[in-house]
Amino acid sequence: MKILVCISNVPDTTSKINFTDNDTKFDTAGVQFVINPNDEFGLTRAMWFKEKQSATVHIVTVGDATVEPTMRKALAIGADEAIRVNAVPTDGFFVAQQLANIVKEGAYDLVIAGRESIDYNGGMVPGIMASLLDMNFVNTCISLDVDGTSATALREIDGGKEKLATSLPLIIGGQKGLVEESDLRIPNMRGIMMARQKKLTVIEPVDAINATQDTKFTKPAAKGAVKLATSVDELINLLHNEAKVI
Amino acid sequence: MSVLVYTESENGKFKKNAFEAASYAAEVAKQMGTTATAVSFNANENESLGNYGVSKVLNISNDKLTTFNAKAYASSIRQAVEKEGAKVIILSSSTDTKYLAPLLAGYLKAGYVPNVVAAPESTAPFTVKRTAFSNKGFAFSEISTEIKIVGVSNNSFGLHENKTTATVESFDAAVSDADFSTKSVEIDKVVGKATIADADIVVSAGRGMKGPENWGMIEELADVLGAATACSKPVSDLGWRPHGEHVGQTGKPVASNLYIAIGISGAIQHLAGVSSSKVKVVINSDPEAPFFKAADYGIVGDAFEVVPQLIEKLKEFKAQNA
Ligand SMILES: Cc1cc2nc3c(=O)[nH]c(=O)nc-3n(C[C@H](O)[C@H](O)[C@H](O)COP(=O)(O)OP(=O)(O)OC[C@H]3O[C@@H](n4cnc5c(N)ncnc54)[C@H](O)[C@@H]3O)c2cc1C
Repeated sequence: MKILVCISNVPDTTSKINFTDNDTKFDTAGVQFVINPNDEFGLTRAMWFKEKQSATVHIVTVGDATVEPTMRKALAIGADEAIRVNAVPTDGFFVAQQLANIVKEGAYDLVIAGRESIDYNGGMVPGIMASLLDMNFVNTCISLDVDGTSATALREIDGGKEKLATSLPLIIGGQKGLVEESDLRIPNMRGIMMARQKKLTVIEPVDAINATQDTKFTKPAAKGAVKLATSVDELINLLHNEAKVI
Repeated sequence: MSVLVYTESENGKFKKNAFEAASYAAEVAKQMGTTATAVSFNANENESLGNYGVSKVLNISNDKLTTFNAKAYASSIRQAVEKEGAKVIILSSSTDTKYLAPLLAGYLKAGYVPNVVAAPESTAPFTVKRTAFSNKGFAFSEISTEIKIVGVSNNSFGLHENKTTATVESFDAAVSDADFSTKSVEIDKVVGKATIADADIVVSAGRGMKGPENWGMIEELADVLGAATACSKPVSDLGWRPHGEHVGQTGKPVASNLYIAIGISGAIQHLAGVSSSKVKVVINSDPEAPFFKAADYGIVGDAFEVVPQLIEKLKEFKAQNA
């Protein structure tokens, strides 16, 4: 089985969010970039397939050269090869088209992406990719088993979960649950050394549309101070008469 | 050239988010000088969408589509888009619609903007405000494709009554076997209880509860308030509560009117999931807990004393205000 894991390079979850250029660009100064948490679960599941079902695992990232340290981390965790599409990922539709091209060229059986990236929270890349390629697709995937060309997946639904039967080739939008958090891997020294030798191919983007543009960013208005109630009665009163929520 | 809205239903009954998406579609239609058409699947009371400004409903009635299937639904909606010549498509932000919308975007070569929190800033160019960076910022996104897809954040635009007469047509969308290449085998879902996604009130608890055996009072509080229950990530990691209840950046987003956080510290990753909630109440024994900075109201105190009192007092309050 040939697996492609889509890795998004995102600001660490504790990053302070600021904007520059008259609030038209995200300020990367002082921001640490990491593997998107949803992708990390997918990458670890791919490692499981590699070890238990002898799959090969490639990773792909759409980004300029600054994303390479994050890609090397994914290689250090155990992916076999990496592909970087040399373009700045400004729009989900654009990214999906680039990835779809890689999937087609590489004839992958299974594509694991994250449910969403924690920077722009678009949640659209795996789904758009699936429809462009007419591949089967499971979103918010929390468990995946593959037997030959049959696949069984669980997905999260509002208020529970749903079991789905499908087949390869398949794309999933994965998240926590694909593996336990305690099973996530931290690159060790040997992995880091080996990652330096692994193949990282840079390819130029294909022609694609940019369907959306972010023209401006703002931050939420500063919040007033919390009102502390000294009794439960006072709290109920505030929620009823002031906030009008009960 | 109407605005098309997908209206989600379950067992024939529209969900609240269907009416919110319809309200949003009616507003976009007004701004664009056109009308709003809804597409529904096996829904009863289609006329009720008229209360929210929808003037036509295309109801798809097909036994094969009783259970949500992303591909089959996307392919059906696409046919409705083509029939209506719709240029703007509105959806809610449920887990199912977030599964469906990108498929539709790919089929229609349409730009899709999710997590939209307000009516369009302008319709030419088509610009909407959405949340980004796990709710730490907002982006103004312009959609440049001919067809545009907007995912409205739950509880952000609200319900806007706008009485119109909705004509209901049955619409026969063709579905093929290929549309069902991913099949639902089993659904495991809590029935009869509010879910985090559409509850007005969410009662959430964290590691401060010490163990799963103490969740009785959290559930009782939720029962009194007609609320959904939720939790912080370590709580689901420890197996005290199901994964689906975990709120935050790596879990579910909550956009309720009232979010009550009990024994939750308020780590930034947790707050990312709750900042769209309107009113946040924190009960925590540590006055320095970061959640107090993000909260509107709070009580500094031991949950094991405060929550039982709150349950009793709320019962009295409900009895008086019934
Ligand atoms: C990449 C990443 C993603 C993450 N995603 C999420 C996410 O999506 N959601 C999430 O929740 N977390 C997430 N986390 C974890 C997050 O950083 C925190 O560890 C977590 O939210 C803490 O949960 P907690 O508040 O329940 O527990 P704790 O941090 O242990 O806090 C417990 C709180 O309970 C209070 N308390 C204790 N006893 C009592 C009592 N008797 N009465 C009242 N209060 C009491 C304490 O004062 C404390 O504030 C993520 C972390 C990382 C690194």
